[in-house]
Amino acid sequence: MKSVDWLVVHASQGPESGDCFTLLEKKNKALLQPEGCLVASSNIKKFDPVGEKMLKHLYRFAFGWCCLLLLGCGLANAYDYPFADPYVATVLDTPKEFAAELPSEIPTKVDKIVMFEGRKTPGVLWNMDRLYYSYQQQKGPAPLIFLIAGTGASFKSSKMQTMQKAFYQAGFHVISLSSPTHPNFVVAASTSSVPGDLQEDSADLYRVMHAVWKKLQGKMEVTEFFLSGYSLGAAQSVFVTRIDEEEKVFNFKKVLLINPPVSLYNSVVILDNLLADNIPGGIDKFDEFYKDMIHAFGEAYAHGKHVEFNDEFLYEAYEYHKAPTDAPMEALIGASFRVSCENMVFASDVMTKAGYVVSKGLELGRHDHITPYVKVLSRLTFLDYFEGIFLPHFRSINPGHSETELIEKLSLRSIENYLRNSSKFGLITNEDDIILRPGEIDFLRAVFGSRATIFPHGGHCGNMAYPDNVAAMVGFFQNNKQN
Amino acid sequence: MMKPRNTTIRMAFMALALLAVLFAAGCAKNQNASLEPPMHTPENTLKPGVEYAVDVYDPLEGMNRRIYTFNYYFDKFIFLPVVNTYEFIMPDYVEDRVSNFVDNIFEFNNFTNNLLQLKFRSTAITLGRFLVNSTIGIAGLWDPATGMGMLRQTEDFGQTLGHYGVGNGPYIVLPVFGPSNLRDTTGLVTDAVAFSAAGPPAWVDDDDTTLIFNGVAAVDKRHRQSFRYYQTGSPFEYEMIRMLYASKREIEIAK
Repeated sequence: MKSVDWLVVHASQGPESGDCFTLLEKKNKALLQPEGCLVASSNIKKFDPVGEKMLKHLYRFAFGWCCLLLLGCGLANAYDYPFADPYVATVLDTPKEFAAELPSEIPTKVDKIVMFEGRKTPGVLWNMDRLYYSYQQQKGPAPLIFLIAGTGASFKSSKMQTMQKAFYQAGFHVISLSSPTHPNFVVAASTSSVPGDLQEDSADLYRVMHAVWKKLQGKMEVTEFFLSGYSLGAAQSVFVTRIDEEEKVFNFKKVLLINPPVSLYNSVVILDNLLADNIPGGIDKFDEFYKDMIHAFGEAYAHGKHVEFNDEFLYEAYEYHKAPTDAPMEALIGASFRVSCENMVFASDVMTKAGYVVSKGLELGRHDHITPYVKVLSRLTFLDYFEGIFLPHFRSINPGHSETELIEKLSLRSIENYLRNSSKFGLITNEDDIILRPGEIDFLRAVFGSRATIFPHGGHCGNMAYPDNVAAMVGFFQNNKQN
Repeated sequence: MMKPRNTTIRMAFMALALLAVLFAAGCAKNQNASLEPPMHTPENTLKPGVEYAVDVYDPLEGMNRRIYTFNYYFDKFIFLPVVNTYEFIMPDYVEDRVSNFVDNIFEFNNFTNNLLQLKFRSTAITLGRFLVNSTIGIAGLWDPATGMGMLRQTEDFGQTLGHYGVGNGPYIVLPVFGPSNLRDTTGLVTDAVAFSAAGPPAWVDDDDTTLIFNGVAAVDKRHRQSFRYYQTGSPFEYEMIRMLYASKREIEIAK
């Protein structure tokens, strides 16, 4: 049964993973907890005003020296994330033996919330009527980080768990929310139940954050608020921040974007095409492709030393077969994206009675035969959803908007000036992120400037659990604590 | 001896009653045929002659879906609370010893099925594991055999049948046990009968001990199984699990 688990996780949440290494532990700890020494030095400052000037000089000298040292280390000890191929990185993530040392378990509470009192949930989606989320709470006062998951992913996807562990270990409270494209969010928390619009979805996210915070504020001692998200969740966190600047519930001090898309439309087209373009004979041969994959896994399993299927087994299977081209990896990423779409679109179609794959007026019950719908959806792209459900919905609220205008709205370019001028935002991404079109990484580099950390490889979110990445992630928020 | 049996009977009765309610609920309504077709239908989207990985032979789907839901409730109200209590009371270290102990007892089935498949090397390894772990590993509480390079050779009778070319048969969701098919259900029953008639329970020949062991083994198995019903977040979870179960068994049989 372990395999079912593992495959489900991979299929439903996209290729994701996380966890641990020992040698790098010391290096990490040093990077992760620099505030201890600074607290001590500020104490000296208070009690010894005469020595302040000398201390400043000493500081400047030490700082310069550290910078040189770091630079030297950087040059001598380049980024050693194991997969230079962006597609392999995206599928395999960071196998345990290369990943940052993080606790295997942290005290996590899962709770649920009703966002729309009296909203009717159709029988077929009966188990999604309340929105689930999780939180980790520190004992004393601490900053709180809200996390937003990527496309189709839940609050407990393995990438979210990596972030939760990293931030909790570094002393932050953490609240994690599923993506507005996750079926649970579509059903329980989306105002329109038509996901895809950055502004609408971010407004929904903000409402959820506010509601969750109302429930937890009596329990948590929070010093300040931060925000972060990966992939689509990163793009949404920009818009959430902008809403927060008007509503001022949290006054987010710092916001970290991890592997954001620049244009949702471009990224969706890239991901849509990965599937059909990389299966020999096209999408209708998916069944054969799937059977070949299972067969390949079977071979690796029979010849390998693993007894259980898990993320490590995936890595072992990859090592065993080492396909000559990227095509199977690309197809896997495409398949994972397609599965996310199937789930999201079905939930949206049923909730809005759009008549997309389910007849208008048909009430699907809890135990109905719904296999034909997933078969139809497996042949439809995100762009089909865009044309079939999203555009009609969008036009009904914004009459007169052209498709081009809409596509521009669904892009970080639409708020370029805001991003350029707000010092709250930080960026961690990869030079070879597969969801970016040529030129988009340059846009990010230009807009974020010194606030960007761009790793040479890692694909789309593949390196999130790698020690350097975890250190950068945590370091971004810890620097704030020092100021 | 009487007390646990009474509880078992009562639990079985409650389970049956819940199943009956679920069946009745499912039969209540019927679909309206005169609806406008949706934008994308199987007719205008799917090409004839194409095979789909999600299509698994499932003639009992209506019943299976209801048992699937039943398992969710059984998990939620009975099984998981017991497992959670177990995990709360027991230190992780003790849990691992229990798991090793249970695995060691069930080496019996690995042994018989490796032998039935004429996998003599695996049969010998299994026997070696049982001897080493029962002695040096102190009644199987530890697993020194793995450290010596004797890896666990898991085989069950469903795999044995598959090894000799028996197909899946219809998909079956078993109450409490979960996803299966006709071949694997046959295997499960055969293994259980062989285990109690000729395996460790027959050697011990004490009903109370066997009963306690079965209870511990069930809790230990659920404790090690991280799957939770309706946690994938997919409206098509039933289809996905059905497809993945078939694939997983295919991989296991190939070994």
